[in-house]
Amino acid sequence: MAEKSMITVDANEAAASVAHRLSEVIAIYPITPSSTMGEFADEWSSRSKRNIWGTIPFVQEMQSEGGAAGAVHGAIQAGALSTTFTASQGLLLMIPNMYKIAGELTPFVMHVSARTLATHALSIFGDHGDVMACRQTGFAMLCSNTVQEAHDFALIAHAATLKSRVPFLHFFDGWRTSAEVAKISFLADEDLRQMIDEDLVKAYRDRALTPDHPLLRGTAQNPDTFFQQREACNPFFDATPGMIQEYMDRFGKITGRQYKLYSYEGHPQAEKVIIAMGSGCETIGEYIEWAVAKGEKVGMLKVHLFRPFDMKGFLAAIPKTVKAVAVLDRTKESGSAGEPLYQDALTAVMEARNEGTSPFAVDPKIVGGRFGLSSKEFTPAMVKAVYENLGAAKPKNHFTIGINDDVTHTSLAYDAEFDIEPANVVRAMFYGLGADGTVGANKNSIKIIGEETDNYAQGYFVYDSKKSGAITISHLRFGPKPIRSEYLIRRANFIGCHQFGFLEKYDVLDTAAAGAVFLLNSPYGTEKTWDHLPREVQQQIIDRKLIFYVIDAYDVASKTGMGQRINTIMQTCFFAISGVLPREEAIEQIKKAIKKTYGKKGEEIVKRNFQAVDDTLANLHEVKVPAKVTATVGRPPTVSPQAPEQVRNVQGVMMANKGDSLPVSAFGADGTWPTGTTKWEKRNIALEIPVWDPAICIQCNKCSMVCPHATIRPNVFDPALAAKAPEGFRSVDYKAPDFKGMKFTVQVAPEDCTGCGLCISVCPAKDKANPKHKAINMEPKLPILEREKANWAFFETLPKVDRSKIGKVDVKSSQLFEPLFEYSGACAGCGETQYVKLLTQLFGDRALIANATGCSSIYGGNLPTTPYTKNKDGRGPAWANSLFEDNAEFGFGMRLAVDKHAEYATELLKALAPQVGDDLVKAILEADQSSEAGIAAQRERVAGLKAKVAKSSDVKAAHLGTLADYLVKKSVWIVGGDGWAYDIGFGGLDHVIAMNRNVNILVLDTEVYSNTGGQASKATPIGAVAKFAAAGKATGKKDLGMIAMSYGHCYVARVAFGAKDIQTVQAFQEADSYQGVSIIIAYAHCIAHGYDLKFGLDQQKLAVDSGQWPLYRYDPRRAAAGESALKLDSGAPKIPVSEYMQNETRFRMVEKIDPKRFAELAKSAQEAATKRIAFYEQLAAVNIAKPKADGAKDAAQ
Amino acid sequence: MDLSTTYLGFKLPHPIMPGASPWGLDLDKVRQMEDAGAAAIVMPSLFEEQIIKESLATTDAMDTPANSFAEALSYFPNIEEFRIGPEEYLETVRKVKAAVKVPVIASLNGVTKGGWLDYAKLMAQAGADAIELNVYYLATDMDECGRDVENRAIELLTAVKAAVKIPVAVKLSPFYSSIPCMAGLLDKAKADGLVLFNRFYQPDINVETLEMERVLHLSTSEELLLRLRWLAVLSGRVNASLACSGGVHTVADAIKAVMTGANAVQMVSAVLKNGPAVIKTIRTQMAEWLEKHEYSSLEQMQGSMNLARSPDPSAYERANYVHILQTWKAQ
Repeated sequence: MAEKSMITVDANEAAASVAHRLSEVIAIYPITPSSTMGEFADEWSSRSKRNIWGTIPFVQEMQSEGGAAGAVHGAIQAGALSTTFTASQGLLLMIPNMYKIAGELTPFVMHVSARTLATHALSIFGDHGDVMACRQTGFAMLCSNTVQEAHDFALIAHAATLKSRVPFLHFFDGWRTSAEVAKISFLADEDLRQMIDEDLVKAYRDRALTPDHPLLRGTAQNPDTFFQQREACNPFFDATPGMIQEYMDRFGKITGRQYKLYSYEGHPQAEKVIIAMGSGCETIGEYIEWAVAKGEKVGMLKVHLFRPFDMKGFLAAIPKTVKAVAVLDRTKESGSAGEPLYQDALTAVMEARNEGTSPFAVDPKIVGGRFGLSSKEFTPAMVKAVYENLGAAKPKNHFTIGINDDVTHTSLAYDAEFDIEPANVVRAMFYGLGADGTVGANKNSIKIIGEETDNYAQGYFVYDSKKSGAITISHLRFGPKPIRSEYLIRRANFIGCHQFGFLEKYDVLDTAAAGAVFLLNSPYGTEKTWDHLPREVQQQIIDRKLIFYVIDAYDVASKTGMGQRINTIMQTCFFAISGVLPREEAIEQIKKAIKKTYGKKGEEIVKRNFQAVDDTLANLHEVKVPAKVTATVGRPPTVSPQAPEQVRNVQGVMMANKGDSLPVSAFGADGTWPTGTTKWEKRNIALEIPVWDPAICIQCNKCSMVCPHATIRPNVFDPALAAKAPEGFRSVDYKAPDFKGMKFTVQVAPEDCTGCGLCISVCPAKDKANPKHKAINMEPKLPILEREKANWAFFETLPKVDRSKIGKVDVKSSQLFEPLFEYSGACAGCGETQYVKLLTQLFGDRALIANATGCSSIYGGNLPTTPYTKNKDGRGPAWANSLFEDNAEFGFGMRLAVDKHAEYATELLKALAPQVGDDLVKAILEADQSSEAGIAAQRERVAGLKAKVAKSSDVKAAHLGTLADYLVKKSVWIVGGDGWAYDIGFGGLDHVIAMNRNVNILVLDTEVYSNTGGQASKATPIGAVAKFAAAGKATGKKDLGMIAMSYGHCYVARVAFGAKDIQTVQAFQEADSYQGVSIIIAYAHCIAHGYDLKFGLDQQKLAVDSGQWPLYRYDPRRAAAGESALKLDSGAPKIPVSEYMQNETRFRMVEKIDPKRFAELAKSAQEAATKRIAFYEQLAAVNIAKPKADGAKDAAQ
Repeated sequence: MDLSTTYLGFKLPHPIMPGASPWGLDLDKVRQMEDAGAAAIVMPSLFEEQIIKESLATTDAMDTPANSFAEALSYFPNIEEFRIGPEEYLETVRKVKAAVKVPVIASLNGVTKGGWLDYAKLMAQAGADAIELNVYYLATDMDECGRDVENRAIELLTAVKAAVKIPVAVKLSPFYSSIPCMAGLLDKAKADGLVLFNRFYQPDINVETLEMERVLHLSTSEELLLRLRWLAVLSGRVNASLACSGGVHTVADAIKAVMTGANAVQMVSAVLKNGPAVIKTIRTQMAEWLEKHEYSSLEQMQGSMNLARSPDPSAYERANYVHILQTWKAQ
């Protein structure tokens, strides 16, 4: 037996660790929450970590999960030991290959962090929807319930597949297990070697396809033989369960951890049994320990092997005394006779009964229920309710547990207060900001406690759905026994609130146990803090007799040069107060962790962190809690009372982190939500906001153009309205002739601004006497908040500029159009949202948007509130997200529908001309809708038409009434990131471009998979480091624009608003006006580039000036007019590419790791840029003879 | 012709060497400079501030977005070899040292005592034959007087000298109230050499955009005169060897530098402009000039026009200033 060592890891790392050491070829594609498995594998291979046979596995990122499945299928056919990692939709894309791999009886293991499938909504969280969709593929399905099991079963699967030849899908719960950090026993290489039979490896390789003894697989068969050969594999499936048990037994001998395919836990003569799979079993187990000790005859059957389903083994594991069984499925199959595990359990019992082999004393009642969808909490209270249901004379069947279903009344009631967490477990919760480093520090703390003490440790982290100002909640448990509580902490004995402002937004002390320690980061000091607490918080502190500590962590951070990073300080406080470790030892361990975490980022960082640790204790003080509540003010309502009812009652509850309490009836049945709700979520995350100085302003509106969150807005208005303005509202005479005599203002939405500073960076107007002062300047928010709130409220009452009165649309005038995309959850300083916002300003009132999954679908559609909104007429973008891979097709389908509607409406209009009137028909059909005025006029005509047809009883008229709005032109936009456009969705994108229908494609190109955390895409430029391109990408960026141009009929623009905003505005207008397919490839700076995004615009300029990102517009209308279709909008490169590259960490990393390689890659980048521009210049000079047909009429402007 | 000279204790065949420039980090260029006969290689400064700044900025850019959003708990691969610190520079020192036979002088510009000491030691360990301390410092604080600035430089030199065994030169700026006093103090603190002078990269102003513009102008022979004056003043009065840096473009410039007392003549702008071959050209022309003017060796010429030996020492002093102003008026 190898020497045992304990490690503190999550299940993704635990499973990947085994998979990497037992594989030769690993093909992957990023998808939450499995991405980190692939990332670990890549990291290990890039560090030359070898598998147990001494060779470094190949790790290859593919263009989609379908691609990854194809690649591993090929690899295993050719005899390499292979694996892959995936989840959710990604797993669905692998299904076709899974059938093949199983049909061909090929040893193989895939590891899946099980995740919800997108139905009425996408969810990145965990349930078994995805793996259950694979139960018919022929894969063996092995379920791990804990982090330790994910480590152990990974090995058992890799070992058993070689013998059984049946491929394995090894899965564990996404998030609850995949991302839970736990202390586990590590399997050494020696353990792995003892489990793998070398003769089976040889046999596997001997079956490989090779021209040295050629074979053929993948034939096509006919009715005469397919069926028989399909049945020929049966013996293998029959033998598989037994083989797995053999390996489990061998594993038990090696490690001392004995597993069973179907593992019973509980009272030996149990009468009530729950059958389940996944992390929920641990919680059930926790309840059983408590209940059996009280004498209850309850038990649980943990199903580890779901496929092949071994009915005999399954039944044999259940006590004969059982009278009632509840089968819990963590999935939902609408319309089915029951969820899969329930159906299998029923089948097993019924078959045994029919065959007379039933082991049970009495025929048990069997019911099925659903739990835990999308990581819904599953607590001992819920387990108790499930057992209680079994005690009923007629237990509820097809029930749900964990929600309140007040519509179809499926749910079991449960006592939310019921709590059985063991007293010897330290339960600590920490509320932090993503940016303050709380989670990172907590992960360190778990490692310290897990690896330096005998305690077991568990860490689970809850994140925000917003990417800026994101709140994180950490749940840490430490105790002398392995921790089985697979749910969020419900009674904390330590609560750390790392941001004072949270106390006004969230019920931070809701979970505080009596006598718990409460640590607060407060700017008000020991004496004054109490007076600043909301009433509810004071009450909770007094009622629950909390021990209350404060520290001004930001003060300590600022004095030690830590900036906004208070992680080390708060971590030191935790150790100092909680007593988990002796103080001196804890500090030594924290410092050790700091050295490890920051050592490679520079000595100075380490020094500053050390200083912060040393300065913390002197600044940490206990507050003497007064006997009575003294505060007069309570926590303000989450949502303004002016908000619509649904926003107050549904989204508002979600905003307050109480969404779990909402019943089924609170929601629409089909996943439809109203738009325009971010305006009700006042997040107040900026410490400083921009303030406009009208005396300096040149009224260019660039600040508005670059604002990622649409929080800075200009308007022109009638001077008469200024009389009603609050004091302090700023306006000035409008300068340009188009709205002569009007007033001009720029106003910031003070509670929505994220404080990114891009507006300051772009502002060209400077005070001549003091150029540091611009027309827009950052000021601390708190002192001016009330004034600016009043100003903003007034600003919102001002009428918007009449769209039809705006003549030429340029940067300045475009910003007078109302943005119909506002206050999204995108990162502060995001470089994508400006394009989306512009789209909505120019075309939002007639736009349909198909959005590929990715950052833009998350900040565009992640609840509780969403940013797409409506204008005063109730018009605005209609938005939907289908999938990641199909977005071009999805948007194309929308266009087909819109075109069909318009065509049918036209046919009806013509047919109904006698009723409607020829003049109106003619006017509608011949309307010029090329301008805002033209569209407004058409809308009026259509309104008239609808009024007329409404009076008619003709069926055709009724049809026309519902379709008439399609006679006003619509703009269909297909929006997504580079991962979609260049990689997973490229096939569809290409097809849609080829079809040349009037759709507009917007590619938000961050040159990396941003939403899943920085994996390389084919848009990643040469020389940039990304996950799966750790040494710096050696190949160049795919020229998507050139591919699109090759069709000849596609409008193509490459834009970068930070470099040339006017060109961006032109491109959007041309794309919309072009009647065929258009694609805009838009440079988007991103946090994944690794620099302070307030310099985003400067980097965009450098990208263009260096030739790295040439700007152009390719307009087929120009070719029709005999000119070159391609027009270069950026000049010859002015600076070397390296000057652009050196400012971004993604490039600098290569330079730091290997300067020589960087020099080579920079040289290649330079050569590529030079060549590309020379090529474009030549293309731009090509003139084709003007065709004879009269095609020049609608030539490009 | 014997052009040999001694600089920082190194017996060199002649005084011409490239001064600190980016080419000192480029192995190909370094080899070319050695091939052109460079007497030594001076590497550009490792800036402590730059390392700290990059370390803070990178940590901020990488760590702030991390662990914030469930789907993206980090945005960069976790690469062990990625380290922010002097390693990149030190690695280059090692490579340059391995690539050439001539002495390699590493340069260091620091702001804290810790930084100076640590990096100087590391440079010596990496194989540098000498260190050039660049005391570039711009005092902007009204409470910081000249003596404070000077004392700090002396303290740093003392500390570095105590930490390393290899020779240490100090590259000075021309902005001291009394350069001879400052030089004397450095000399006392055992500076092995003084390099006159550092060129300040002063930002320009764009009057249209009201922005500061970073511009780098190469030097011209005009800048030499300042060096000549102070070389002449110090020559023969300090134990430290002297190097002229800034404004040497022609053989005449180089000869003037030696005549005013330079033991080494560093060239940057001329090398960047004309390529490494200019080193060879100047060296050849210098030998020819000495022969033509019947000097027996370079040594004979060294310091011949310094304050002590020049036939008109007042020219280096205040009188010259008065004289030139008056003659200018008269023209």
